[in-house]
Amino acid sequence: MSEPNKVLATFHVNSEPHECAFAPHKTLLEVLREDLDLCGTKHGCELGECGACTVQIDGTPVLSCLYLGLDAVGKQIRTVEGLANGPTLHPLQDAFADLGAAQCGYCTPGILMAAESLLQANPSPSRDEIKQGLAGNLCRCTGYLKIFEAVELAAARMRGEDAEPSKESIYGS
Amino acid sequence: MLRLPTFTYYRPKTAAEAVRQKLAHGKDAMYVAGGTDLYPNMKRRHQTPLHVISLQDVPGLNTVEVQQDGSVAIGAMCRLSALEVHPHLLLNFGAFAHAVKEISTPLLRNMGTIGGNLLLDTRCTYYDQSHEWRESIDFCMKSKAGSICWVAPGSPRCWAVQSSDTVPVVCAMEAQVELVGPDGTRRIPASELYRDDGIQYLTKRPEELLTRLWLGAPSNWKASYVKLRRRDTFDFPVLGVGACVWTDSYGVVTKANIRLGGAGSYAIPATESEKVLVGQQLTDAVIAAAGEKAMKPARTMDNTDLDVYWRRKVAPVFVARALAACK
Ligand SMILES: Cc1cc2nc3c(=O)[nH]c(=O)nc-3n(C[C@H](O)[C@H](O)[C@H](O)COP(=O)(O)OP(=O)(O)OC[C@H]3O[C@@H](n4cnc5c(N)ncnc54)[C@H](O)[C@@H]3O)c2cc1C
Ligand code: SF4
Ligand code: FES
Ligand code: FES
Repeated sequence: MSEPNKVLATFHVNSEPHECAFAPHKTLLEVLREDLDLCGTKHGCELGECGACTVQIDGTPVLSCLYLGLDAVGKQIRTVEGLANGPTLHPLQDAFADLGAAQCGYCTPGILMAAESLLQANPSPSRDEIKQGLAGNLCRCTGYLKIFEAVELAAARMRGEDAEPSKESIYGS
Repeated sequence: MLRLPTFTYYRPKTAAEAVRQKLAHGKDAMYVAGGTDLYPNMKRRHQTPLHVISLQDVPGLNTVEVQQDGSVAIGAMCRLSALEVHPHLLLNFGAFAHAVKEISTPLLRNMGTIGGNLLLDTRCTYYDQSHEWRESIDFCMKSKAGSICWVAPGSPRCWAVQSSDTVPVVCAMEAQVELVGPDGTRRIPASELYRDDGIQYLTKRPEELLTRLWLGAPSNWKASYVKLRRRDTFDFPVLGVGACVWTDSYGVVTKANIRLGGAGSYAIPATESEKVLVGQQLTDAVIAAAGEKAMKPARTMDNTDLDVYWRRKVAPVFVARALAACK
């Protein structure tokens, strides 16, 4: 079968318009990575089974590997590239770095986007609520504990608390 | 990249237009709602529709309408994540809201719809694999290119497994579904939507749209849903028990429906278990006796996760747990 004609559309990614021509059967993940050169969003299973491709659409975290690019036109797309404010990292990114919550880092962009949505909706989530919120994101490295601790640390800092990671979290006990 | 096959994409603005487009393209067209079942299937080339008709712009399918008597009409395009927190559903249809929350992951529930969940394709270890994997075993009966069933090689039929979490509980609750076709609208009991076949698992005509799910008014019944799976997230049910029990003012059971999901190609009624309950109060002994009778109808085959014999053996335990939750 011949490749279909490309369509031209403007995507709103991280509050900036990006015009591009793309094949209409492409997923948002493919458009982001291949047509917009935004490779922060990772591709893992591409079947909904890992969460590596998580982005926010109109504030809601979804899987870009199962979302058509065409359906994202006209919506506000937010990817990991849009988390930092200029040179200043998002508190979640800081906390992930401080606590070693990213090891190979492949799951990290997806987890950050899911965690950011969680904290928008619930600034003081319990450990259980964090587990629920991140239940669609697999991490094969960290064992999750450091991720939960990092989300808690970021949440505390975002609430304005003068939170520091515990020594055990950084150096072990 | 695991890419979608190419297709033409439509976003009709009315239900009638959607039905017309489907009729015009017949087998070459498929509807899509959230795409969390269809798109993975298309990526693995289970389905390769040339035309994909999205229902996202069809008006009126996105609301939960609470009626005067407390019954609800749930639009087929309602996102699962909206339903799991809906106050009226949580208060009056807790078993349904719970089943919704047990589906897949929060990210998938932000995308998946209740209509898509009710129409979810059946699943099998020999089928839900990449195209290359299936090619290496010469496919199976559920694929166009195959002719044998690898689970039951002598079998003339496919035993792919009913895997939706809501189907057992809505069937037990005697919910109804609304279907819109070229000849108008009809409403049927949800349990009549399904058939005991892994390939032709639905009774509705291909062009019929599912537009609403109706849950009957709160009354002298209590329902529950209990799910078995390996991980507490992501995994499809390998056993999902939906139960609904009606009692009189003395707590004596007047009617009971028990449906076993993940145990066959449709949500199988545990008829003998139901019979044990009627005329009795839900005591521990009665519940255990009803549970025991669920081993026989649980026709598990070796085509899902977890050990096939063990899945059968725990059916009584899971039925008993579902019944205890109806007390
Ligand atoms: C990793 C993973 C894990 C999952 N785990 C679970 C689980 O634990 N439990 C579970 O139940 N499901 C699970 N699912 C399946 C799926 O996400 C859900 O069942 C979801 O509700 C499907 O809805 P959808 O809107 O995405 O369906 P779609 O993919 O859009 O549609 C599914 C089918 O229904 C048809 N269809 C959809 N809506 C209509 C309509 N209104 N009228 C007519 N036809 C229609 C489509 O043509 C298609 O054939 C999982 C999926 C993945 C990828
Ligand atoms: S039950 Fe048999 S025919 Fe059906 S999908 Fe599995 S192997 Fe194929
Ligand atoms: S790449 Fe999208 S869920 Fe794995
Ligand atoms: S850090 Fe490697 S997968 Fe999570």
